[in-house]
Amino acid sequence: MNEQIKEIKSYEQEVLTRFPDWAEVDQREGFQGLLVDQKNLLAMMESLRDEFGYDHLTSVTGVDYLQEEQMEVVYHLFKSTGGPILEIKVQLPRSNPVVPSLVGLFPGADFQEREAWDLLGIRFEGHPNLKRILMWEGFAGHPLRKDWQEVFYEGEFKPYEDRWPEGKVSKIEDQNPYQENIAYPKGFNPETWIPDGEELLFQGSIPLVQDDPGIETEQLVVNLGPQHPSTHGVFRMVATLEGETVVDLEPVMGYLHRNHEKIGERNTYAMNMPYTDRLDYFCSMSNNFAYALTVEKLLGEKYRPPERAEYIRVIMAELTRVLNHFMAIGFFLNDLGAYFTPALYTIKERELILDIFEAVAGSRMMCNYFRFGGVVRDLPEGMEDHIRKLVYERLPRQIDELDRYLVENEIVVTRSAGVGVLTPEQAIGLSAVGPVLRASGVPYDIRRAEPYGIYDRFDFDVAVRYHGDVYDRFLIRFDEIRQSIRILQQAIDGLPKGDFLANKAAYKFRMPKGEAYGRVEGPKGELGFYVVSDGTDNPWRYHVRAPSFINLTGLREMSLGEKIADLVAILGSIDIVLGEVDR
Amino acid sequence: MKGFGIIKGLGVTLKHIYDTYAEDIKAGRKRYYTEEGVRQRMTPDTKGIFTVNYPEERLPTAEAFRYVPFLVYEEVDGEKVPRCTACGICSKVCPSQCIWITRAEDPETGKPIKTPAEFAIDIDLCMNCGYCAEYCPFDAIKMDHDYELAGYERMESNIHKLERLLKPASYYAEIRPVNYALELQIKAEAEAKKAARRRPK
Repeated sequence: MNEQIKEIKSYEQEVLTRFPDWAEVDQREGFQGLLVDQKNLLAMMESLRDEFGYDHLTSVTGVDYLQEEQMEVVYHLFKSTGGPILEIKVQLPRSNPVVPSLVGLFPGADFQEREAWDLLGIRFEGHPNLKRILMWEGFAGHPLRKDWQEVFYEGEFKPYEDRWPEGKVSKIEDQNPYQENIAYPKGFNPETWIPDGEELLFQGSIPLVQDDPGIETEQLVVNLGPQHPSTHGVFRMVATLEGETVVDLEPVMGYLHRNHEKIGERNTYAMNMPYTDRLDYFCSMSNNFAYALTVEKLLGEKYRPPERAEYIRVIMAELTRVLNHFMAIGFFLNDLGAYFTPALYTIKERELILDIFEAVAGSRMMCNYFRFGGVVRDLPEGMEDHIRKLVYERLPRQIDELDRYLVENEIVVTRSAGVGVLTPEQAIGLSAVGPVLRASGVPYDIRRAEPYGIYDRFDFDVAVRYHGDVYDRFLIRFDEIRQSIRILQQAIDGLPKGDFLANKAAYKFRMPKGEAYGRVEGPKGELGFYVVSDGTDNPWRYHVRAPSFINLTGLREMSLGEKIADLVAILGSIDIVLGEVDR
Repeated sequence: MKGFGIIKGLGVTLKHIYDTYAEDIKAGRKRYYTEEGVRQRMTPDTKGIFTVNYPEERLPTAEAFRYVPFLVYEEVDGEKVPRCTACGICSKVCPSQCIWITRAEDPETGKPIKTPAEFAIDIDLCMNCGYCAEYCPFDAIKMDHDYELAGYERMESNIHKLERLLKPASYYAEIRPVNYALELQIKAEAEAKKAARRRPK
């Protein structure tokens, strides 16, 4: 690079002028953002929130720099009124990474800090409940640290050496029989172990509470899950009840954890694309989109997708949104007890969209369709007409029918109106994104706030509802489908002829050093990828900011004071996919 | 009026029931158990019953559809000659690292020959991403359409070895006609270029 002093963006300069002593620009090549010392972090974050309006802490994660003997905590903030992302970093010694917790300022940091503690071993001082979240309590080590090795360890980076030219096939499980699969820390006995301070909660014991003088009431602990039929996967809610009212609730997750991020760091950049499909398996196209955008940011101008590819990307992403919201509506009705008739009506529409994905990408759900600099193949013959017919005739008709079918239904309204309310302030503070945030009256949509791809060319409204209850979160999905159909109509009409991939298909890239945070407005909210490149074929750090996971931070706030019968409805209204929550 | 919303909703359900029978009567016998009927159920203006009675009825597979890979061989003098040159690119790009290749060696000189001695794909690991077919420079490995791979045993039968993987080029042409035609065209163009370059000498 030339010796010019790094260009400082105007919004960063503002912060620098305000805090000349506390913040400095990250001078490393390819890196952005501001470096802050950990002792000034709290004061600075408070001022950023209250003075500058950076009220939404969207992502908290860590990076392990093994050679530099450093841990880095990376914060991404944005203003809920729109604009670019501000990146704040704190550098810590690797031997003892301690940083003040931000939960007091941004309650939305709760789960993310727990995740960073769990996977990277960064201690957040002052966190009210700093324990493992994805791994089980008693797990040995912090798996995302670079010196940690998994049980089926084959090598630091893919491709592994033993596959070619003298590959001898073998099942990995033969090399490591099940008996030796689990490592426990010293002195840990899984048979007798009870989680710290949770003896009562996990054993369902009943503490006595003196409510009114003379009347003895009892609290009851109910475990919903891990495999409750109405929950959306292997997910568990530990609810403490007083009568029928929920007084405390703790989501327990990680049953589907496979350490997606560790796999991602072993993979090459291209190998990660099919893995992103498996995050939120309803919306593989959106996941692909976010990952492709992030890596294209690193790769630079040369990998800018051609016009046709940009349009195809938008069409696929919006079709994904339509199908995801159809599913969300259908399964929300399932959660209310309308068993599968409404869900099947919505699955029917989804099926037509999946047929498109199969013809275009080759697979109905695991699309793996995007490449850096475009998409893998062009639309097959006749597909444009098919999509046009769908978005001009079928989908508008069907969404109207679904509207007639469900929206005014008195049972739906009574079950959901006024239930599980999240105020706008709460929603922003809890880092809620997507439909959950917008149903609480915050019209924040990344497609408008910080347009990516070619979204600035389309005419659409940001759907917003104001009550923040379950009913509004249900209704906003109708609104969003309608807006998506509008975008789809414009995109299919404007679809130009031409190339669909900027560069010849390559599986290796000359990746410059640096970092990138790319995000899209996925159907469930802001899906972000944070990638750090050290110039080799494999990413040094690969982090997924998963919307379903972070939206769950608000589950407790929504449920307090509600009846236990409404818990499942509230969970359904957030619309989570466990593949993404547990990663 | 209380209850109006429910009645309106029930109206929609009733219409769906009506549509089912109306469509059946309108389309007659050919609606079920015929290819035409299945295709009709996939169009954007389908009404009525939507499900497909698998396995008697099957959805047509799109050309791009991909399932576990196979190796293409050409028939030369009645012998199977795989297109594969054992270059190893597929095993390098494979995200789940499920491809093992042993390159053949000349028994006399010990030098490597451009053909695989062994080729194995563990289909338990394969995630059907299609990278191997995408990046193969010799069009030697392709994604299959055969999705019915259930078995009683998962160790031996789920590791596909060379003899199980090899399928003729005619099979490839059958399942991916558009792609195959395109490949032939590209090959012909390359040949023509080569011939044109040779002539001036």
